[in-house]
Amino acid sequence: MSVSDTTALPLAEESGPAITPLRKGTDPMATAAAGPWRLVARKLVRQKLAMAAGAMIVLLYLVALFCEVIAPGLPETSRAQYTFAPPQRLGLFVNKPDGTSTFQLHVKGYRTEIDKVALRRTFVVDETRIVPVGFFVKGPAYTLWGLIPMDTHLIGPLRPSDPMYLLGTDRLGRDLFSRLIYGTRVSMSIGLIGVSLSLMLGVVLGALAGFYGGWVDMLIGRLVEVVSAMPTIPLWLGLAAAIPVTWSPLQVYFVITIIVSLLAWTSLAREVRGRFLALRNEDFVTAARLDGSRERRLIFRHILPSLTSHILAVVTLAIPTMIVAETSLSFLGIGLKPPVVSWGVLLQDAQNVRTVATAPWLLFWPAAAVVLAVLSFNFFGDGLRDAADPYHG
Amino acid sequence: MSGLPPTQSLPPDVVLSVRDLSIDFTMHDYILHAVRQVSFDLRRGETLCLVGESGSGKSVTARSLMGLVERPGRLVGGSILLREGDGAVDVATLDPKSRAIRAIRGKRIGLVFQEPMSSLSPVHTIGFQIGQAVRLHSGLSKDEARERTIELLRQVEISNPAAMVDRYAFEFSGGMRQRAMIAMALAGNPEILIADEPTTALDVTTQAEILDLVRRLQVEKGMSMLLITHDLGVVAETADTVAVMRYGKVVETGGVDAIFHAPQHPYTRQLLAATVKLERGARTVAPAGEPVLSVSNLSKVYSTEGSFFGRKPFSLKAVDDVSFDLHAGENLGIVGESGSGKTTIGKLLMRVIEPTAGSISYRGADGAMREVTTLDAGGLAAFRRDVRFVFQDPFGSLNPRMTVREIIADPLVVSGLGQDRKQVQARVAELMTMVGLDPKGMERYPHAFSGGQRQRIGIARALALDPRVIIADEATSALDVSIRSQVLDLLLELQQRLSLSFVFISHDISVIRYFCDRVAVMHRGKIVEIGPAAEICSAPREPYTQSLISAVPSPDPRHKRMLNRRRFVAPVPA
Amino acid sequence: MAGYILRRILYMIPTLFGMSLISFLIIELPPGDYLTSLLATMSDSGQTIDPAQVELLKSIYGLDQPFYVQYFKWIWGILSRGDFGYSFEWNQPVSKLIWERMGSTLLISILSLVFVWVVSFPIGLYSAVKRHSIGDHVFTLIGFLGLAIPNFILALVLMYVAFAWLGQSVGGLYSPEFADAPWSWDKFVDLLAHLWIPIIIIGSSGTAALIRILRANLTDELNKPYVLTARAKGLPEHEVVLIYPVRIALNPFVSALGWVLPHLVSGVTIVAIVLNLPTAGPLLFRALVSQDMYLAGSFILLLSALTLVGMLVSDVLLALLDPRIRLG
Repeated sequence: MSVSDTTALPLAEESGPAITPLRKGTDPMATAAAGPWRLVARKLVRQKLAMAAGAMIVLLYLVALFCEVIAPGLPETSRAQYTFAPPQRLGLFVNKPDGTSTFQLHVKGYRTEIDKVALRRTFVVDETRIVPVGFFVKGPAYTLWGLIPMDTHLIGPLRPSDPMYLLGTDRLGRDLFSRLIYGTRVSMSIGLIGVSLSLMLGVVLGALAGFYGGWVDMLIGRLVEVVSAMPTIPLWLGLAAAIPVTWSPLQVYFVITIIVSLLAWTSLAREVRGRFLALRNEDFVTAARLDGSRERRLIFRHILPSLTSHILAVVTLAIPTMIVAETSLSFLGIGLKPPVVSWGVLLQDAQNVRTVATAPWLLFWPAAAVVLAVLSFNFFGDGLRDAADPYHG
Repeated sequence: MSGLPPTQSLPPDVVLSVRDLSIDFTMHDYILHAVRQVSFDLRRGETLCLVGESGSGKSVTARSLMGLVERPGRLVGGSILLREGDGAVDVATLDPKSRAIRAIRGKRIGLVFQEPMSSLSPVHTIGFQIGQAVRLHSGLSKDEARERTIELLRQVEISNPAAMVDRYAFEFSGGMRQRAMIAMALAGNPEILIADEPTTALDVTTQAEILDLVRRLQVEKGMSMLLITHDLGVVAETADTVAVMRYGKVVETGGVDAIFHAPQHPYTRQLLAATVKLERGARTVAPAGEPVLSVSNLSKVYSTEGSFFGRKPFSLKAVDDVSFDLHAGENLGIVGESGSGKTTIGKLLMRVIEPTAGSISYRGADGAMREVTTLDAGGLAAFRRDVRFVFQDPFGSLNPRMTVREIIADPLVVSGLGQDRKQVQARVAELMTMVGLDPKGMERYPHAFSGGQRQRIGIARALALDPRVIIADEATSALDVSIRSQVLDLLLELQQRLSLSFVFISHDISVIRYFCDRVAVMHRGKIVEIGPAAEICSAPREPYTQSLISAVPSPDPRHKRMLNRRRFVAPVPA
Repeated sequence: MAGYILRRILYMIPTLFGMSLISFLIIELPPGDYLTSLLATMSDSGQTIDPAQVELLKSIYGLDQPFYVQYFKWIWGILSRGDFGYSFEWNQPVSKLIWERMGSTLLISILSLVFVWVVSFPIGLYSAVKRHSIGDHVFTLIGFLGLAIPNFILALVLMYVAFAWLGQSVGGLYSPEFADAPWSWDKFVDLLAHLWIPIIIIGSSGTAALIRILRANLTDELNKPYVLTARAKGLPEHEVVLIYPVRIALNPFVSALGWVLPHLVSGVTIVAIVLNLPTAGPLLFRALVSQDMYLAGSFILLLSALTLVGMLVSDVLLALLDPRIRLG
């Protein structure tokens, strides 16, 4: 598709291809004046699924950011009387004694039943007990981001002592919903920090290889090859198992992040290097060199701007790998350990199939959180990758 | 396809009749009417040329004749009547997956494409691909089909066909691949051959051979041919009838002589004028200034060492002992076919690649000669300010993420001249006006411009630092013919105004003849002949140059050149 | 062709060297000296170990010497005697412990690979040819889920489903009655009955990835000019698709072996831990946790070498498939 030459000789008839716009008021040639980022954004917005996934990612990070406020309780509060309490349903209307119903957000309380076969005490939701629930209620005190003391919770029972376990409880009677919300912060942040580390590692090593060339390039190339050929999970296991048990949870958190990023940088480095080398041979880069641009200007002014959208896509697609890695390690018990709460730590409770049979929610909700996060990043990253090159396809 | 309506009868000598054919491409938010009410007749044994510039819809039209319009394209109207006995079948109404249309493809109509490399499967042997077409329409056994395939390869003048039949496409040269494609198109003995830009990707001497071959086979087999091309020279050399297309419409149809000597439509006239203009030189006075660039004994050898495990050592002399001078105010052409080393010379001159041997010296504005091959970083930067480069590809050579202002101003900014934003803007506006672009477009991105306009942007960038020499590598090759002559005129005008010297590298002899004072003819890395353009293009001395010049199609059907061309048999290298 | 294979094999040597270095580095990471701490725990619990044997082990493996000496003694032992070191936890040579486990790992990996190929090929083909059809969308969705669900979570879910609904515990490769029985037809059938669950779990993400790759490649190939050439010959559509683009899209499909195999080996490791399969995974895990260095390092090295062999096979297959590589 080309716009007609303004300099062409005047001709009696048409000066361009015949075109009928499909939507009124849209000029098919309007893309002509748009900048590259606007074109990327426009292509991305067209992909509904990617946009929905993007919204979900934003939501997950908001939850991670404000987990203290969103969680109705604290992750470590255990109430032995509510061991393995099943999830409650949030109800909207309660029936008044006079038969009419009125709007009141609520959950149903619990009563105990004795399982005569297993000779065990189990909880069932008691349809007659109403626990009124409200938004922005006072609850257990916490300090937001370790700075601001607060006690307001987005949602919670109106009477703090009432049981409200939307996703059930674990074997210590801790609220799974609160723990899942707190776990979001750890799991999602590991993805983000891990990918930044990976990117730094990849870019630094890639740049070193590109800058020095020769044997440095070869050595780094070989390193990438070796690391990417090794099966990741045995390596993760080996590295994670070497963390001394005496380390503090914060130390473990950072070491796990580093381990997770140690193995993911290779694909990033390879992608960046490949695209970099391809762009280096483009005519416009040669043109810039002939215009007098030095190496640095060549890289930062001419090559990197064409790379950024691709790098963004690759990075987005690398985040889920990190999340899964952390989850796997913590699940096996050599990653993050209690009292730190992550999705993987929550899944540890689901290791025993009998526990899962008693309380399936302990497997279902953390697993769903992992899958939701991974899916969102995959969908969004795919959309970003498709939109990354606004001039093709 | 039973029952031929009596209305669908064709005049006795017409084999294919296209009536009011329309094809739409439904894009995301608009419909492109690629072909609009196109009508033409193809007569028995004749060659009909569909000629037009890029985007004229000529290729889509050709493919629709075999029901090969691909999504998002859609046939929206008209008929394609193909003779069937006394009646005709309307190809436009056939389902593109039906048996009926498959019986037409290859059997009644053969098709040859522009790019023989990508049109052949890379992982199947040539023999398999042709043999498949043979068996499909003949019912021969495998062995018989193989015999027939070898026979076909022999017919298209591939030497040693019995061995070549088992080779892969990447083992063939460009010309041989196109011969193989032709053999495949002929496998079903079709009555109609559609050739879609069959020689555009080939060198001019190979083009002449392929056109010869096609012409001979057409006469031998009594085929009708539909030739799609953008090259009026090829039209004049081959056509009986011509249909000129523009933006999806046929603007003029007629006999080849009428089209060339009594064109009716303004577009035909414009197209012809742009082509015929390049048949003579634009330069009258040959300047005789001092040499600004002097190249002596320049060589570039690419080699890899053999490795221990069966890799053979490899050495290629891309440029072999080349010497020439470029005088001030002169346009020096370097002409040659692909692989002749002409592009390598351009890169060596700019020191994008380093020469293996030889010297390049440059006379600066101060009159002192400097050796370019040993310049340090500072000296090289100064040299590259004086000597600028214009690229072939108008799409790849402009950074898609920078505005036109940023692109043109880049050399200014880098060399430290672009401190003041207002001044830069004024300079960019001045440069854009100079190359015939509207300065209002400077905040747009390159993709908003057409090929010709982009090439003008590239020229403006080259002019930004007041250069003395411009090296243009195939600078007009990617452009349509009418745009091409405009860009050449622009360069000539700029040369007068700014007293520039040009090294103009091209495979296109007419462009060289039009633009250059002197020409160096290259073949296999060596300069075989160098001299005044007018002389070399009209009376070349060397046999290679003679064969090259005589293979260029002439845009005049009354003076066909190719039929009387001289052939050059390269001496076998020792 | 022979030269090509030889080149690939020689090219593998430095990679293998790098892998061995990384493997050894990992097992050396935890602070302290295993033997000393092991002796301490053993004497705490009242066990004794023959001091002479300790000295013998020290001298064979250079346990009291610097890192690089230990490394070279280890490597030299592997190369010269097939001696992978000594497992302090099991109190026997590593080479006695690993081979059976590696065998079952290999078996499950290869079967998973076959599963991945057999399932992804027809689906990828269908999705590319019928792009944007309902079936394509369904497969794409399933594919996305397959990629998104980590292997071990899928294993947990299947275990739960089998336990809760079928009342049977999934895990292991044999039913208890066959576990120690000699090989027989019944044992083989029993093995197959247990194998399909881990294979589906391990293969799920690889299958999803390969479907996407095949779909993308085939979509590209379907738009190439040679497809039009094939149509212009008059070939029926199914032959056009099967003979040309599918044949060419097969190349990336085969070369995928190179990276699918490491992926599968990884998957086998973690799924085996969850499902308690007698493969390298659980033993490696246990060795790592108890810091049984030679056993863990040998497993990591051998699993890495396994993926390297996969890459070699994929290179060779690719050269057989693609004349441009074979002859170019």
